[in-house]
Amino acid sequence: MTSVTAIPLPYYLILSGILFVCGVLGFLIKRNIITIFMSIELMLNGVNLSFVAFAAHWHVLSGQVFVFFVMVVAAAEAAVGLAIIIAVYRTRETLNVDQVNLLKL
Amino acid sequence: MTPNLYLWLIPVLPLAGAAINGFFGRSFSKKTISAVALFFPGIAFLYALDIAAMFSSSAAPYFCELAPWIRAGAFHADFAFYLDQLSLVMLLVVTGVGFLIHIYSVGYMADDDGYYRFMSYLNLFMFFMLTLILAKNYLLMFIGWEGVGLASYLLIGFWFIKDSAASAGKKAFIVNRIGDFGFLIALFLLIKHFGTLDFTKLFEQIAAQPVEAAGIGTLTSIGLLLMVGAAGKSAQIPLYVWLPDAMEGPTPVSALIHAATMVTAGVYMVARSHAIFERAPGALTVVAIVGTLTALFAATIGICQTDIKKVLAYSTVSQLGYMFMACGVAAFSAGIFHLMTHAFFKGLLFLAAGSVIHGVGGEQDMRKMGGLRQYMPVTFATMGIATLAIAGIPGLAGFFSKDEILWKAYSSPYGSWIYWLIGVVTAFITSFYMFRLMYMTFAGDYRGATASAAHAHGDRSHGHGHGEPHESPWVMLGPLVVLAILSVFGGWIGVGGRFEHFLAPVFQSAPAADTVGETASSGVEHLLMAVSIVAAGLGWILAWLLYSRLPKLPGVIAEAFGSLYRAVANKYYIDELYAVLFVKPVVDGSSAILWKGVDQGIIDAIVNNAADAARHTSDNLRHMQSGNLRSYAGWVAAGGAVVIAYMIWMGVR
Repeated sequence: MTSVTAIPLPYYLILSGILFVCGVLGFLIKRNIITIFMSIELMLNGVNLSFVAFAAHWHVLSGQVFVFFVMVVAAAEAAVGLAIIIAVYRTRETLNVDQVNLLKL
Repeated sequence: MTPNLYLWLIPVLPLAGAAINGFFGRSFSKKTISAVALFFPGIAFLYALDIAAMFSSSAAPYFCELAPWIRAGAFHADFAFYLDQLSLVMLLVVTGVGFLIHIYSVGYMADDDGYYRFMSYLNLFMFFMLTLILAKNYLLMFIGWEGVGLASYLLIGFWFIKDSAASAGKKAFIVNRIGDFGFLIALFLLIKHFGTLDFTKLFEQIAAQPVEAAGIGTLTSIGLLLMVGAAGKSAQIPLYVWLPDAMEGPTPVSALIHAATMVTAGVYMVARSHAIFERAPGALTVVAIVGTLTALFAATIGICQTDIKKVLAYSTVSQLGYMFMACGVAAFSAGIFHLMTHAFFKGLLFLAAGSVIHGVGGEQDMRKMGGLRQYMPVTFATMGIATLAIAGIPGLAGFFSKDEILWKAYSSPYGSWIYWLIGVVTAFITSFYMFRLMYMTFAGDYRGATASAAHAHGDRSHGHGHGEPHESPWVMLGPLVVLAILSVFGGWIGVGGRFEHFLAPVFQSAPAADTVGETASSGVEHLLMAVSIVAAGLGWILAWLLYSRLPKLPGVIAEAFGSLYRAVANKYYIDELYAVLFVKPVVDGSSAILWKGVDQGIIDAIVNNAADAARHTSDNLRHMQSGNLRSYAGWVAAGGAVVIAYMIWMGVR
């Protein structure tokens, strides 16, 4: 507790929670696929924030390492996800998820 | 150590014939099939003769252990064969008469499409019958027992396209199952109480048991159950109903299986189990009563039958009744003696009847025959000899054996004058219906259609056109002549008790009925003999009066005894009675309870309802999968919220 004691842990967690809830709400409310995609990134980063906050607080490295994993996966996801979005747009000419509903019984 | 006789060869030879013809016969020529089918039983017969020549009473019984079969703890049942005087007699009868009937079949079945099948079945029957006879334990005997049932089923239903033949085969099989059930339970009881089914070991143990004088003990129950089995196989009351229907089979089958050999298996089994029956007087009495009643009952039915083979069928049932009567008074050798002579003359009667049927183009109704003596003299002569033999005319085979039985029924310690009286009445009826058959068939004028219309119905083995009735070829007449000779002289080996002495070592533990017979005055014996001869003669005279001299009279008598005549002609409505008592309840119960109740109501209902429930549930659940991405997201969020709420309220651990 030498360098980063300026801001206490609960602040980080509250911000992390706000980010996550924003992501969830965006995911549920928005219809544009790209916005939904961004909401997912928001949730991931909200979680990432809580990871690094805890890691700094408890002086364990595993939290930091985990964040790197999350970022790597998120990057891969973004690559694949954006490719799918482009493909969807090319075939259906829309990005409204309510109209992309073929996969059902 | 007795010399090895390779007894197993005798049953296996016909099996080889059956296999060769059964598997490859379709592509063989008729000549090859006949050669194969005759060669193997012929060799078996020659070998049996060879064994008989080597046979010495002092060395008997011979054993032959082929291979171990069932060995469970202390219980052993092996493929083992056994030959003593009793099985030797049976062996010669079965191979000898069987071989003759094989020869006859070559002529009789020559025109049938299923020739190779028929010959293969006949050989198969020989295999099982010889296994039955030569088995050293009850279990192997049971294999033969079931096997002859199978062969009988296959051969009765040989013309399976004909509906009546197929159902007659089924009837024979099912009725026999009832008997086999009793036989099996008897075997279970034997295993439970004595731990073995081997004849020698078993009878040693049983010989040590006391005679069960009163009440029903173990041995009495076993004896009664064995009798149930014997009644099924040998067509005794109440299980005789299958035998008359079995006449749907080709005539050589009726001769071989349903007259000469298979149906006598029950008598053989009872005689083989004599040690059991001797210690169970109650069971013996039942055997005697069943035999006596069957003899009389079947004979009376025989009077009114018009189908030539049905008359002979009821006659067979009746004669088997005589054999059981003999066994029931502990005169086992007399029963076996009659079994042997009966095989000769009844086999001959059936073969001759087959020759008649062949000659008139498939007609079996005696009312459409008549006057056949001039057309088929050899058949007439041989059948006449057989009729004299079965009627008990002195000097022929049937006389000696039947008289032996009647005398034993009277004089044996188990016997009674009632058995004798019923036996004599039956002898009178036997003589009557047999001569009736002869007069209706061979005397008078030919009443059948001479035109080719005659072969429109009946025996399908006749493709060739029919005009006049004609004599059969010599391949059929040869066996008739041989059997006729045996029917004349076959009884003479019993003169002076020689046959009985030959079999004595087998039945030596029997409370010697013969000594009793010898101590009784021979005057009584001669008197009884005279009475039975008179009875046979009266039957002949009556038949001559009614069916030759006064041919109008039978109709008048039938009118006078209207209801009685109809009852007899309809076989006392026994088949109908069984249908109401047993068949209908089973059919109704099966369809109402088992089919509609259990099968449809429970089993099908469970399966169908389970499927319906699964379909309804999934029908409701499938609406969750709407394809709407945001609703999925909502479900995920809601699920996450529930998990978090749970962890908050209930704690993480």
